Amino acid sequence: MSLKKVSKEQPDKFEFSDENLDLAKKVVSNYPTGKKKSAVMALLYLAQKQNNNWIPLAAMKYIAKYLEISYINVYEVATFYSMYNLAPVGKYFIQICTTTPCMIRGAYKLVDVCKKNISEKENELSGNKICSWTEVECLGACISAPMAQINDDYYEDLNTKQFESIVKDILKDKKPKAGSYRGRVSSEPEKNRQTLLETKNA
Amino acid sequence: MLEDKDRIFKNLYNDLGADLESAKKRGDWSNTKEICSKGQDWIIEEVKKSELRGRGGAGFPTGLKWSFAPKKVGTKPHYLVINADESEPGTCKDRDILRFEPHKLIEGCLIASYAVNAHKCYIYLRGEYYNEGAKLQSAIDEAYKANLIGKNSSGTGWDLDIYIHYGAGAYICGEETALLESIEGNKGQPRLKPPFPALVGLYGCPTIINNVETIAVVPTILRKGSNWFASLGKPKNTGTKIFCISGNVNSPCNVEEEMGIKLKDLIEKHAGGVVGGWDNLQAVIPGGSSMPMLSKEISENITMDFDSLVENKSGLGTAGVIVINKDQDIIKCMARIARFYKHESCGQCTPCREGSGWMWRILERMAKGEASKDEVNMLSDVTKQIEGHTICAFGEGSAWPVQGLLRHFKKEIIERNNFDPLVKDNKNIPYLIDQHILEEDIKNVKG
Repeated sequence: MSLKKVSKEQPDKFEFSDENLDLAKKVVSNYPTGKKKSAVMALLYLAQKQNNNWIPLAAMKYIAKYLEISYINVYEVATFYSMYNLAPVGKYFIQICTTTPCMIRGAYKLVDVCKKNISEKENELSGNKICSWTEVECLGACISAPMAQINDDYYEDLNTKQFESIVKDILKDKKPKAGSYRGRVSSEPEKNRQTLLETKNA
Repeated sequence: MLEDKDRIFKNLYNDLGADLESAKKRGDWSNTKEICSKGQDWIIEEVKKSELRGRGGAGFPTGLKWSFAPKKVGTKPHYLVINADESEPGTCKDRDILRFEPHKLIEGCLIASYAVNAHKCYIYLRGEYYNEGAKLQSAIDEAYKANLIGKNSSGTGWDLDIYIHYGAGAYICGEETALLESIEGNKGQPRLKPPFPALVGLYGCPTIINNVETIAVVPTILRKGSNWFASLGKPKNTGTKIFCISGNVNSPCNVEEEMGIKLKDLIEKHAGGVVGGWDNLQAVIPGGSSMPMLSKEISENITMDFDSLVENKSGLGTAGVIVINKDQDIIKCMARIARFYKHESCGQCTPCREGSGWMWRILERMAKGEASKDEVNMLSDVTKQIEGHTICAFGEGSAWPVQGLLRHFKKEIIERNNFDPLVKDNKNIPYLIDQHILEEDIKNVKG
């Protein structure tokens, strides 16, 4: 269970955009009648996307009303799951995986880059308020360690130098290229692949 | 080594393309109707005969699980739920299936849904896999368009709808009942079992939950026959498995291999060997972070299958092999894993909620050499207090890796941690109210 801080500065009002209202309707229809509550996680994502990467309390109240469930039901879900940001994280949210498989391949060097360039502490906005960083648990790309997730994209097989240039691009509001930084397109071994050679050469 | 013709995931490295047309060229969807026309009992019987064991970690026989679902639909509908909440450290196999072989999964969903009488299938995908989810969704859309799923799926007369439900970064939602809670829109806290989900699951209805890999291999098993699958690997540990080899190896990779392959072969042949050579190996975690580690001596000859790993007090788990070489501080590595479990504990059961943090704090101090000698035994005691005293298997998952560390590296821990908490000098520390007791103790020991 992760500790989450709710932002002290909160907007008064939140409403879904027309586009998100359509999406919300579609999501609710994925679940059986009378089970609208199931859509709460998807709606929180929509709210987060609409509101610049974080979920204000007003959005939780709005979603509770929309799904006809109590506010606390939404609040407990939003605080339980770690991917919902309850305070501003900036336009670019950098999440560095530091769990053991990444750690032993140098993930903490990436953390140092963030400390140096973005902010001393995690979950703190950079000087120009454009990004923030945090350490997260396993992101499920262990064979491409060390890696980081920036918003929706994975940045894999990083080294300190490359990551530093990624961070510098972000600070200039430039979206760097996602994917592997050693040119890998899949999880095949980089050298001396032994399997499925026929399909490779086909 | 497994021959290429026996590999199930021909597109594991995306040489052939993940779209429907390329998938059909590989044989997916070729005779789904024919397979389903043989009947539900035949499908379940074939899966049973193939001795396929769940690929999500626990290794429960899949055919047996399916047979637990009620044979006839009563007042409540049945559901099929696919567990794609892959978040075990060291594991990234499902991601490749979702990216490169989505049609194997979707076809498996149809066959499994048909076998367990489900018309709705939810795929619970971890929230971080946003791009993988988009790829899976486009594959689902393709399948709908080609009438492979939906009304009268593939001409079988069976209606099936598949939906993706995104998780939001909670490891515990990989536990099947926590996953169901999460789909229902609650916090992901596991339920007490029994009743098992096969009878009372999603929305209180009979639900079968399987891992992505388990479902994705089913169509191939039915196509090639249970005998073929059972002939691979070892008895009771049959078939092929995707192994993920990460950590201190020269080329980390995913590879599909026969069950029962030697761990050393896996590391040396496929992953390019340990960084610094085999002699530089310190320990191997064989099945994702929740399985106890193996020492170098055991790693030398062990085979990778459920039973032989259990014999060595570990387990196959998700087959995420994490290789740790001698350049790493093993205590620190395990302290980080303990921190993972502390972070991911759902907070429902006290032994796990408190114990996972306790283990982490002790291990952090041990890594720095600030723990006392007694704490080594205390740590072992804490793991025993957690194990078996929680609702779900998370308790075991957090306690076992620490037990593994204590089993193989107790000597290193004791060497590093010599701190003695007793105050032996006669210092007048006003807030230390038990000073006189300590002094008496010391006197008695000396006397």
